[in-house]
Amino acid sequence: MPVRVGVVVFPGSNCDRDTVHALALADAEPVVLWHEQASLEGVAAVVLPGGFAYGDYLRAGVIARFSPIMRAVSAFAADGGLVLGICNGFQVLAEAGLVPGALLRNESLRFAGREVAIAAERADTAFTHALERRRPLRMPVAHGEGCFYADEATLDALERDGQVLFRYVDATGTDAQPGNPANPNGSLRAICGVMNAGGNVAGLMPHPERAAEAILGSDDGMGIVRSLVDSALQAAAGTAPREAVAR
Amino acid sequence: MTSFRFAVNVTPKPGILDPQGRAVQGSLGHLGISGVSAVRVGRRVELTVDAADGPAARDVVDQLARELLSNPLIETYDLEPIGAASSAIGVAVQEG
Repeated sequence: MPVRVGVVVFPGSNCDRDTVHALALADAEPVVLWHEQASLEGVAAVVLPGGFAYGDYLRAGVIARFSPIMRAVSAFAADGGLVLGICNGFQVLAEAGLVPGALLRNESLRFAGREVAIAAERADTAFTHALERRRPLRMPVAHGEGCFYADEATLDALERDGQVLFRYVDATGTDAQPGNPANPNGSLRAICGVMNAGGNVAGLMPHPERAAEAILGSDDGMGIVRSLVDSALQAAAGTAPREAVAR
Repeated sequence: MTSFRFAVNVTPKPGILDPQGRAVQGSLGHLGISGVSAVRVGRRVELTVDAADGPAARDVVDQLARELLSNPLIETYDLEPIGAASSAIGVAVQEG
């Protein structure tokens, strides 16, 4: 039986259908969850998709954070449940304090909508175990506020504790630091994906669900989707490392 | 209950990259203005709150500012009484 994976829909979400499609490609049963509901309907994992939840008013993600579904997501996450936030979903998780850091306005002040290359720092987590460590993956970014920020002490701690999940890389596979054109927004230390200390909540700015089939130009995103679905299957079976414990 | 009117001024923390401030500053040359530096762009939210007294009103606004209007990782805020929505202008200003 396919594992049930929730996709939260906020008013203004616009990547929910792509996410549903990618999850189905990975043999999961996607379950659409409306922002006003307080139940996660027993899903084994939750994805917060991209978009402009609540118009991104005030700050991207902040108003969504106070929706009924996010109370349920927070409780689920606290219990070790798997949560992945993509783009706007990452902004929601950061505003909710479920993943570290903040997403600032792009350094260029321009909306960044293009393909980038990213590399997984770890291939032993619930979100990346189907990937090869540091192998560049091509997928799009589409955001105006994606500049990852945390203070220096926090950045050091994230690196030390293995909470940096993905980085932007350039054509040579080297980390694309701020100022490098391969870094689309000025993200500090080239970071585009992080996870919480428990290893069960992750956010990333690029869109794996938009790189889910070769006809889209890349299917590199499916490694992330498949990792999540496989981890959800194990969690549902109760056998599993829901949590990839941080180093 | 009395109505109190406040402004919450939210600004990027010192040291946080503020590309909007930098863009504004970069445009000043086009106006023929020089000698302006350290431009920071923030956000001002004005609101009215009903409360028993000034301190109670301020507590509500402070919570709102801390939990919603600002992100403490990247922003700071201050509260500014800007006169009351009803007859209690003096009270609100006094509490400031």
